[in-house]
Amino acid sequence: MTKHAATTTQNKVERTGDAMKSMWQRAGVMGAAWAASQSALAEYAYNLQVPASQVARDVFHLHNLIMLVCVGIFVVVFGAMFYSLFKHRKSVGHKAAHFHENTTVEVIWTVIPFVILVGMAYPAAKIVIEMKDTSNPDMTVKVTGYQWKWGYDYLNEGIHFYSTLATPREQIDGTAAKGEHYLLEVDEPMVVPVGKRVRLLITANDVIHSWWLPAFGVKQDGIPGFIRDSWFTADKIGTYRGQCAELCGKDHGFMPTVVQVVSEEDYKAWVAKKKGSAQAAAADNGKTFETAELVARGEKVYQGNCAACHQANGMGLPGAFPAINGSKVATGPIADHIKVVLNGRPGTAMASFAGQLSNADIAAVVTYQRHAWDNKMGDAVQPADIAAARGGATAAVAPAAAAL
Amino acid sequence: MSDAAHAHDDHGHHAHPTGIMRWLTTTNHKDIGSLYLWFSLIMLFTAGSMALLIRSELFEPGMQLMHPDFFNQLTTMHGLIMIFGVIMPAFTGFANWQVPLMIGAPDMAFPRMNNWSFWLLPVAGIMLLGSFWLPGGAVAGGWTMYPPLFIQGGVSYDLTILAVHIMGLSSIMGSINIITTILNMRAPGLTLMKMPMFVWTWLITAYLLIATMPVLAGAVTMLLTDRNFGTHFFNAAGGGDPVMFQHIFWFFGHPEVYILILPAFGIVSQIIPTFARKPLFGYASMVYATGSIAILSFIVWAHHMFAVGMPVSAQLFFMFSTMLIAVPTGVKVFNWVATMWKGSMTFETPMLFAIAFVCLFTIGGFSGLVLAMAPVDIQLQDTYYVVAHFHYVLVSGALFSIFAGIYFWLPKWTGHMYNETLGKVHFWLSVIGMNIVFFPMHFLGLAGMPRRIPDYALQFTEFNQIATVGAFIFGFSQLIFLVLVLKTIKGGAKASDRVWEGAQGLEWTVPSPAPYHTFETAPVVK
Repeated sequence: MTKHAATTTQNKVERTGDAMKSMWQRAGVMGAAWAASQSALAEYAYNLQVPASQVARDVFHLHNLIMLVCVGIFVVVFGAMFYSLFKHRKSVGHKAAHFHENTTVEVIWTVIPFVILVGMAYPAAKIVIEMKDTSNPDMTVKVTGYQWKWGYDYLNEGIHFYSTLATPREQIDGTAAKGEHYLLEVDEPMVVPVGKRVRLLITANDVIHSWWLPAFGVKQDGIPGFIRDSWFTADKIGTYRGQCAELCGKDHGFMPTVVQVVSEEDYKAWVAKKKGSAQAAAADNGKTFETAELVARGEKVYQGNCAACHQANGMGLPGAFPAINGSKVATGPIADHIKVVLNGRPGTAMASFAGQLSNADIAAVVTYQRHAWDNKMGDAVQPADIAAARGGATAAVAPAAAAL
Repeated sequence: MSDAAHAHDDHGHHAHPTGIMRWLTTTNHKDIGSLYLWFSLIMLFTAGSMALLIRSELFEPGMQLMHPDFFNQLTTMHGLIMIFGVIMPAFTGFANWQVPLMIGAPDMAFPRMNNWSFWLLPVAGIMLLGSFWLPGGAVAGGWTMYPPLFIQGGVSYDLTILAVHIMGLSSIMGSINIITTILNMRAPGLTLMKMPMFVWTWLITAYLLIATMPVLAGAVTMLLTDRNFGTHFFNAAGGGDPVMFQHIFWFFGHPEVYILILPAFGIVSQIIPTFARKPLFGYASMVYATGSIAILSFIVWAHHMFAVGMPVSAQLFFMFSTMLIAVPTGVKVFNWVATMWKGSMTFETPMLFAIAFVCLFTIGGFSGLVLAMAPVDIQLQDTYYVVAHFHYVLVSGALFSIFAGIYFWLPKWTGHMYNETLGKVHFWLSVIGMNIVFFPMHFLGLAGMPRRIPDYALQFTEFNQIATVGAFIFGFSQLIFLVLVLKTIKGGAKASDRVWEGAQGLEWTVPSPAPYHTFETAPVVK
């Protein structure tokens, strides 16, 4: 995507701007410095990713503090144990003592851990409250998880698009060299202005997904039929990468979350551009296309939406996903074919694409499927046919909002 | 091991069936204990092979060996079989062998039900494994079976639900048997507060099983009806809620975590005093700590769901209650260290595994504390950090305690000493291999590698390669254990009745190997 790789390795840790140097933050900085010096030795990351928002920074410091406390306790307890292992062994002639209880000691080592835990709980509770406060956003974006891509709706601007893995299949199969951002790159990233409080409304269309962006400290499951919210304010311009974090089926490992943080002006320019292309896409729905145009467009739609299950060669995966090549649907009546694509097959992984694809795209992909491989039906479907199949209702360009 | 025991069966009450019928119809607690343990060992190698396939695919970025869907089937089945087919049956095997021997009872309270609760397990195991050959393959939705993903699958999903039902039934029957045996069949004078820790931990575990298995059964039954009969328990479109499944599942799932570790605490609490030649420190506080952990386990379930999105108050409640578990768990670790303190220790294989348990289980405990902090958990939920955490608890925790227990009691069961050198080689390869596999996973999780993915971004390569190398070391060193057990059954130095110099308890008063029938006349304790 861009040259700003936020997710690769831990090479420097944000240590400026810590005005409030409470005890736990100082401890965090120490831990961070240690982690940074470690990672300078090798290309390994030993700690959480470099934070790029206040919440992520707070979590980073909290984690460092807890790790230090844990390491401290570990050294004390197992220092005692290993001392005992060497000194209190039969082979050095140590005779066993006979004590087997001591109420004072037992009360002490019940109370001390409790006190330490209270000391940890206080800063953690503060961050929970900070994370959960989604009030007063500057802008709101609805994020929808699909098998296997993300949909973004900018509610204030009326922009809608999908964000799909951009890594070519050849890199995954090992027939091409893997790129720098292998599996962490998308065709269209989410774009937000720097320093603005962005509220996310997160949901899903089919199964549970989880929108995760480590650098912002945001991970929120998207639950079909319900909307959860979260928020972040990005510190710095750059590209930030994460992945879906909840097992969502076959291609769970192949639906990254990529956010491009840009300046206010660049954001405005991006919004204007997206609105322009949305109008062009809407115009397509009223057009009549040549068959060759439909097939070419349909092939792209197929690769982006269908090939994950039905495979690029249309053969599907026996037992799991049916073939389209030679199938009764793709070689039968056009109306039934359109119906399957529009409505999906409830109870299976076949989703309804009525809300996901425009009439032009559905027309193109149905045409492509009927032309490709051995199907060679020779017929063509126009956007108007899809509009008719939808029951005369004109398809929205961004109809996903209506799906909920 | 039971062939040797069988030779002692000269009481001649009535003719015993021989061959396969002997094992199918046996009601003897020692036979059934052996069956459970053998079943567990076979399943360990089965699910372990799946783990090696998973690690092979993850050796480098890209898809090399398998399709992503098959990868998901492997991770799902690895989890289900390791939990329900390896750890739980192994502990039940120990309970069958040891509970009657340790409390001076002649057998379990309900011997026929005992037979039935074992023989249900292979049926469930065949259903699970057989589903690999069904159309669409085995379940691929994760061992946690979250809907709506779990609603999407084929016929193997229904089969898995039925297998879970059967395994739950087996566990409930086993638990009823154990509770009844412990509460009613103790030798005269063996009061509750004199019981060996292993018996205590199993008593509490059995109550946890009875309380939670019906909850799991309810959850998967709702999945079954959602899948087949048009109900909408977990479907928002029909007024249901997918998250409700997670609440019900983890209400079972978190006590289940302690079902998998409390008997381990019990085994280790038997072994450390034996080889430290010093009584267990703080016996009473050990009992109370076990009880507290069991009770707390019912009010922490939603810490598995911090990323689901809960109100602030719920997030805080589950964070605080989870952190509280560190207190009784800490007490246990301190007590074990205090038991070793000023003892007269020797380091036979059971003791080595027990010490490794205390040390490495505590690492799993600390990563658990890190995960309990809700804000940190948001970053680590569903990453390899969680994978590292629960493998430290379940491999170096539960599995190591099982190894420790086998080495500890095998001489009593077979009448032969195992080969100490071979045991130590097995220990060192296991402990080193295990750490090479799972320690780097902490770093992978922190750096942002999600779990349950078949392919990963390039920055995760090195640690994944290290983990894969460790997995093969760990996996193949288990063959040493198999050889050692077979050799010990066939022969070896004669074991004395007491076996270990510091051994205390009723099981060490019977001959080695333990006769087919023991304590037909109850011993008197003190």
